Amino acid sequence: MIEFRMPSLGADMEAGTLVEWLVEPGHNVKRGDIIAVVDTQKGLIDIEVFDEGTISKLLVKENEKVPVGTLMALIKSDDEILEKKEESIPEIKTEKKKEGEQIKITEIPRGINASPLAKKMAAEKGIDLTAIKGTGEGGAITKVDVEKAITGLIAPPEEKKTAYSENIRMAVAAAMSKSNREIPHYYLETKVDMSKALVWLSEANKERPVRQRLLPVVLLIKAVARALTEVPDLNSYWENGLQKKTDINIGFVVSLRGGGLMIPAIHNADKKSVDELMAVLNDIIPRARAMKLRSSELSETTFTITNLGEGNAETVYGVIYPPQVALAGFGSITEQPWAETGMLDVRPVMNITLSADHRATDGATGSRFLMAVKNYLGEPGSL
Amino acid sequence: MMSTNNTIKLTYREALKQGIRDALLKEEKSFLLGEDVGRYGGAFAVSKGLLQEFGPERIMDVPLSESGFVGAGIGAALNGMRPIVEVMTVNFSLLAMDQIVNNAATLLHMSGGQMNVPVVIRISCGIGRQLAAQHSHSWEPLFAHIPGLKVLSAGTHEDARGMLLTALQSPDPVIIFEYTFMLNTEAEIPANAGAVDISKARVRREGKDISIITYGAGVYKALDAAKELMATGVNAEVIDLRILRPLDDETIFNSVRKTHRVLLVEEAWGAVNISSEVSARIMENVFYELDAPVQRLGGVEIPIPYPKHLEDASIPQKDDIINKVTKMLQHD
Repeated sequence: MIEFRMPSLGADMEAGTLVEWLVEPGHNVKRGDIIAVVDTQKGLIDIEVFDEGTISKLLVKENEKVPVGTLMALIKSDDEILEKKEESIPEIKTEKKKEGEQIKITEIPRGINASPLAKKMAAEKGIDLTAIKGTGEGGAITKVDVEKAITGLIAPPEEKKTAYSENIRMAVAAAMSKSNREIPHYYLETKVDMSKALVWLSEANKERPVRQRLLPVVLLIKAVARALTEVPDLNSYWENGLQKKTDINIGFVVSLRGGGLMIPAIHNADKKSVDELMAVLNDIIPRARAMKLRSSELSETTFTITNLGEGNAETVYGVIYPPQVALAGFGSITEQPWAETGMLDVRPVMNITLSADHRATDGATGSRFLMAVKNYLGEPGSL
Repeated sequence: MMSTNNTIKLTYREALKQGIRDALLKEEKSFLLGEDVGRYGGAFAVSKGLLQEFGPERIMDVPLSESGFVGAGIGAALNGMRPIVEVMTVNFSLLAMDQIVNNAATLLHMSGGQMNVPVVIRISCGIGRQLAAQHSHSWEPLFAHIPGLKVLSAGTHEDARGMLLTALQSPDPVIIFEYTFMLNTEAEIPANAGAVDISKARVRREGKDISIITYGAGVYKALDAAKELMATGVNAEVIDLRILRPLDDETIFNSVRKTHRVLLVEEAWGAVNISSEVSARIMENVFYELDAPVQRLGGVEIPIPYPKHLEDASIPQKDDIINKVTKMLQHD
C-alpha cells in the first residue's frame, strides 16, 4: 500500500488545509496526476501524486487542516491489486494495517507544548493535539483547550482567514528569518558583458513567432543550470550535512503584485532546451501569480535564481532559501564602460552575484560557479 | 471576648498563651522553660502572668545558653517529664542545633528504641518586624530536613491555640514554629477551641481553579489573595500545610487532582525549601494531573534587608500571589 501524505511545500510550511479531493476511492492515478487541492499560506496548491495505482482510501476530510506529513490517502499499487486477485485472504491484511494507521494518527508528537493533563485527556479521547491551538501560558495546550476541542466549540480551530498576500508575507518572513539566523552567507560578485548574449537572442528571435520569442532570463537559467553540472556542490541541501541533489531544479523568484514572492521550480533545467525553458516560464509565471502552482513546483527546488530585470537595481545580494545552499542574483543590464584588451568600450553589462552557505561550500567553489556562468553567457551559442 | 455565634476574637499572642496555659493545666508533667519566660513574662509577652499562676517549678527562667537549656529539656524528657522549651527566636536556634539534631532527633535510633524524647520546642520565627539580616530568619526548611523530628507551623490562631497540647502527647520530639509578625493580629476562633490534630494539612479555603499551598505567615496572605482573586473570577484553593515534617501528601495530591494547578508560597529562601519538596512530590505522584508547571514563590535569596520597603520586597506578599496566579491562569 502506498501512503500519500501532506507534502511540505517549502521549509516554512507546517500544515495545510485540504480544500478538495479530485479523486475518489477506486480511481486509477498515475504519476503527475493532480489528486487534491490544498490551501496553504501560499495559496491554493494542486497536489500531485508520484505513484501509480488505485485510490484505496481517503483519510482526510475536505476542509480539514492537517500537519505536514499526515497520512492523507492510501493508494493500492497495481502489483498489490494483482496479488489481491491471487490471494484470498487480503481482508485480514488491510485490517491490521488500519489499526497501525489509527495509532499513528492519534500519536502525540514529541515536544508539543501541552500540559501533562491535556496530553492525558487528549490520549483518552483520541484527540490530535497538533490540531489544537494552545491558549495557556506561553501558548501551552491546557485542559481548557482540550475540553473545548472535545465539545467541538473550537475544533478544529478555524484560523482567521487572512489575505493570501499577508500569509505569503509571513511565510517569506519565516523562511528568510530562518535563513539569516542559521546560514552563514558568503557573497561573490562578477560582471558579465552581455553583448554577445543579446545579439544571439535577437538573432534567435528573428526565426521565432512572437509567442515563442526568448527572453534574456532563459539564458540565465540555462547558464546557471549548466554551471551547476560543473559545480554540483551548490546544487544541494544542507540538512544534517551536505546532501547533493541529482536533479537540477531551478527555482525562479516571481514577485507578486500584492507583495511577497513565489518560487516555482523549473525541473531538470539543465536538460531542457532554451525553447523548452521559455515554454515552462510562459506557463509557470502566470500560474505563480495566480497562485495555482503544483506541489512539485513548490517543493523540489534545488537552487534559486533571482532576476531583477530591466530598469531595476544593478546588483542583488540574495538571501538563501533553506535548505538550499546557494542563490544566484542577476541585476538589470546597464550600459557600462568596459575595458578589454587594453581598450575602453561601452557594453551592456550585468552584475551577477552568488550568495552561498559557507557551511556547505567555500569561496573557491562559489567562484568556480560564477566564472562558469560568466563563460556560458559569453558564449550563448554553447547553451 | 465572646461574640454571638460562639466564637471569640483574640490575638495570636493570646492564642499562644491560652495554648500554653491549657497544656500546663491538662498535662501535669509539663513545664515551660526558656529565656525570660518567667519574671519578664516572655520576650514577646506570651507567657505573661503564667509564673504567678503556676509558680517557678513550672515556669522556669534559664540562662542565656540555647545549647544548655535545650539540652536540659531533652534530659528532662528522657527522664519522663513533658518539657515545653521556648527558644526565643529561630535566629538563636543554631546554638541548640547540636542538641536538637544529635540528641532529640537521634536518641531513639541510637538507643535501639529504648529512649524516646518527648520534648516540645517552641520557636518564634520569621520576618517582618525590621530586625535585619540576623534576626529575621525563616528556617523551617532546616528543621524539616531532619528525620526524627516532627515539625509544625502555626499559621493560624486556631493552631497557635491548639497545637501545643497535642504535641505534648507525642512520644517523640516536636518543633512548633510560631510567627512573631502575627502576634498582634486578631482573628476569631471557636469559643471552645482546643487541641488540634498534628497530622493533617488543612484546606483553609475550598476552590477549584488553582491550589495555593503554603504555611506559617503565608496562610493569611494566601487567603487574602484568594479573596481578591474571587472578584476576578478565579476560585483558588488554599492549603495550609501545618505539618512540615512529615508532609501530608494525600491532602496535597487530592487538591492537585481537583485544581490541576499549583502555586507554592512560603517566606523561607527560595532554593531548597519546603516548596521544593512539595513540588517534587507532586511531580513524582500526580504529574499527569498537572495542567501547568508547578510554580513557587519563596523568599528572595539575600540576607534580609533592614529598610521596611526592602524587607517587604524580600518575601512574597499578597499582590505577588495574585499576580502569579493571574499569570498562571491566563488564557489567550
